[in-house]
Order: sequence, then C-alpha cells, then structure tokens
Amino acid sequence: MDKIVFDHFNIRYEDGVESLRDINFSIRANAITVLFGPAGGGKSTLLRAINRLNDLADVAETSGRILFNGVDILDPKTDVVELRRKIGIVFSRPVPLPMTVYQNVSYPLELMGERRKSRLDEAVERALKQAVLWDEVYDRLHDPAIAISGGQQQRLCLARALALEPEVIMLDEPTSALDPVSTARIEGLMQELKEQYTIVWVPHNVQQAARMADFAAFFLQGELVETGEGKTLFINPKDRRTSDYVTGRFG
Amino acid sequence: MNRSFTRARLQEMLGNNLLRLITFLTVLPVVAIIVYIVIKGAPAITWEFLTQMPRSGMREGGVWPAIVGTFYLTLGTAVFSVPLGVAAAIYIAEYAPDNAWTRLIRITIINLAGIPSVVYGLFGLGLFVLFLNFGTSILAASMTLSIMTLPVIISTAEEAMRSVPQSFRTVSISLGATRWQTIWRIVLPQALPGILTGVILGLERAAGETAPILFTGVTFFLPRLPASLLDSTMALPYHIFVISTSVPGMPVKIQYGTVLVLLVFVLGMNLIATFIRQRARARRMW
Repeated sequence: MDKIVFDHFNIRYEDGVESLRDINFSIRANAITVLFGPAGGGKSTLLRAINRLNDLADVAETSGRILFNGVDILDPKTDVVELRRKIGIVFSRPVPLPMTVYQNVSYPLELMGERRKSRLDEAVERALKQAVLWDEVYDRLHDPAIAISGGQQQRLCLARALALEPEVIMLDEPTSALDPVSTARIEGLMQELKEQYTIVWVPHNVQQAARMADFAAFFLQGELVETGEGKTLFINPKDRRTSDYVTGRFG
Repeated sequence: MNRSFTRARLQEMLGNNLLRLITFLTVLPVVAIIVYIVIKGAPAITWEFLTQMPRSGMREGGVWPAIVGTFYLTLGTAVFSVPLGVAAAIYIAEYAPDNAWTRLIRITIINLAGIPSVVYGLFGLGLFVLFLNFGTSILAASMTLSIMTLPVIISTAEEAMRSVPQSFRTVSISLGATRWQTIWRIVLPQALPGILTGVILGLERAAGETAPILFTGVTFFLPRLPASLLDSTMALPYHIFVISTSVPGMPVKIQYGTVLVLLVFVLGMNLIATFIRQRARARRMW
C-alpha cells in the first residue's frame, strides 16, 4: 500500500540553497524507505515537507502534491497539528526537551490535553519499552533527560515520537551522532517497528542505506535520480550516477 | 632563554597587572560610595526612622511615607510594564516576521532606552497628568515610569527568549504543538530567569528615578499615606532631592539615612535578581 505519494512535487527556499525539482515517487506502508545521496541533495527538505515543518522555514515556492493516505497535505486547509501527530520525526542530533525523561515522553500527549496520570504513565511506559529504553531508565524517569547518554537520548526522542502512536516515523540521520553500539540498537529496533509503522529513513552513509533499505530513493542536488527495491538498487543500479555514488566514486 | 621571550614575559606580566589595576580603579568608586553612605547613614537608621512620618519640616521623624510611596510606584510600574513588556517581547522574538518593519520596531525600542528620563517626565505630564486628567498621582507616575522601563524589559526578555535553542521549538512543533503551546511550555519557562532579571533591573531603575515622577506624581511633603491611585505620594528619590536642597537646617544624618534606605531598597532588588539567576543556572536542563 502506498502511504505517501509525491506527485510533481517542487520546493524552493528563498536563499535557493536546497530545493527539490519534480519529485514523483511513493513510500510504502510497513517498510523502510531509505532516502540517500550526498549532502545538500534535498533529503531533509523532503522529510520536512511531509510533516510541514518547512512551514517554519523561508520557503519561496512549493507546487505539486504530497498525498498522505490519499489526501493532499499541502492543501492550506490541512490541520498541520493533526498531521504532525500522525507523522513523527527524529532528528540527527538527539534533542531532549529541557525536562525529565518522563516529561519528554508525556509532553506530546499533554499537548493533546491528556491529563489523567494513569493514562500518561501507561503511555510513557509503553513508548519507552517500544524504544527499548525502559529497562535502562525505569528508575530514572524523573531525572533530567540530558543526564542519560547520547544513545539513550536518541531512543528517548524515538519514544517521544512513538508516544503519539503515529502512522509514519521519519528519521533524519538518526545515528550520525551515535557510537556503533547505539547505532546497531536503533537499526535493529526500526527493523522490528516496521511491522507496525511506515518508516522513512535518511541514513548518514551508503553502507547504512544498503543495510536498512526495503526500498530506496537516490537524491542528487534536488533531483530524484532513481528509486527501487533496496536490494536491486544497490546491487544493480540503472543510473550511472547512482552506481558511481554507491560504489564510492563520489560523495 | 632568548631576549624576545623575556620581553614577551615582561609584557605579559605588565599587561596582567595593569589590567588588574584598572579594574580595581573602576570598582573602587562604587565601593567607596557605598561604604561612605553606610558609615554616614547607619546611625540614622532606627525603627522610628523607618516607620514614622516626617516631623518639624522633615528635620525630625522618619521616612515611612517615602518608603511606602516608592514601593507603590515600583509596584504600579510592575503592573503596567511587565505584562506589556513581556507580551511585546514574545511577539518580537517569536511571532514577528524578520523584515524591515520588525527591525525598525526593534531599533526604536533600543533607542527608547537612551532617552533622558526628564523627557519621559514631561511626556507623562502631557499625556497622563493633563490630557488623560489623572492629575499628579501614583497612577500617572507609575505609567510614566512604565514607559521608561518598557524598553529595558522588552529587550532583555527578547534576548532571554532568543537564547532558548531553536531546536527545542522545532522538536516541540514536530510533536504537534502549536506555536503558543511551544512558547508557553518550553520557551517561557526556559527564558523566565532572564526575563525576571530584566524586569527587576528595569524596576530598580524606576525605583531610583526622580525626573519622571517629578511632574507626574510626587509631592514635596505629605504627612499621610496615599489613599488611592489618584493620590500623589512622597517617594525616596525626590525626598532626598528635597531634603538636600530645599530644607534649611536639615540634619546631615537624616539625609544620609534616607540615601541609605534607597540604596538598600535598590541593592536588595539587585540581590534578588542575582539569586534568581544563580538558582536558574544551577537547575537548567540543557
């Protein structure tokens, strides 16, 4: 099933640094779709378009459509708050909010108006367990979130996104600031979570792209060069530029 | 050891000590003033001095109405300037688009802080006392002081909010927060110590000012406490001015005593600001 569909999508920032031109492809549900390519290719821009975080940036122009469950989310009438609750995002550096571990996870639920302690407790525990963090922090729930390690912080950020029970989880180079052990944990975790969620992953290197991809899309300077099933695309790329990048000739 | 190295060491030593001396010289006058006022003023400070009305043409008795007056004026200034100032700062820091118009507003606010206080006094006289017909009153004086204090509060509050990392806002929005929820739950709590520091520094300046209240709310001598917002009042800064220039045969002890009371009032506020800042720094979660 196609969860997200890009239909002649274009975006341009006011400073013209990063932009995307005529993007057409779809993201499948219950699979990991990897968006990869050299820096400045527009991968983050694309993620930020899906949950309308670009609304906060100086966007000069957008056109085309992005369909989420068949509905165009670029429509001005879209309820962006509702949209962002369904499409969670984890950023490249762990950003724990300046509160306790518990509050970080309960924050998005409190924003929705949930005040019942029992509901919050339940949701926090469930999300932390889902992010495989519960066993490490259950006795430190009321410590400041910056007191836990970087790898734990990133799983906390994931738990925070999971607390809303979203449909899609987007990860923007989520392991670029982490050590190999933490990286492996997050990668393994996402392989399990894809049973329930649609996952869009921007890896920070080609090796991770190849490891993680069920489906992959290669971006180069604002252009979507090639898409395909992960295995096919990395072993037998159709486009010369893709093969050059995958084999390490540039990038 | 070669010569240029010795020379560099000599320069280093000289520079270090010279800078230390200059720093010491700049602090010295402040310390000297405070010590001098404390020594000269302390003997005047008695329970009676702090709690009684002035008597015998202010040559005897206490400064109670001036203390109360300054307290009311400071409180009144806070009531008007804090909500307005913080609201304006929120708008400028969080909502206003970054364009020429916003920059103009910001420059105007910064420049407002440089206007001489007597100009605020005359403005208050024209607008509040005469045009709005508040008369010389606590209300008019508080509003005048508020206008003078606003730029300080707005710029420090704006600065405090800007120092909250942008990533917190992005994360909060990405979790389905509205802009206002983000401001209310993340930005303001983090910026609060900075905002409070600005508020207190602004109010401290208001408490010590004479010129803005001169035409708008203070009175030479009023041997009772003000009964309403539309009453005029005595206030410490103006009282000091009066007893130093206009009362023949004024005991020097009372003059210094009054100055000491104002000094403690203002330094006390400063101390509270420092305390809040230290506490917040220790408890900060980022």
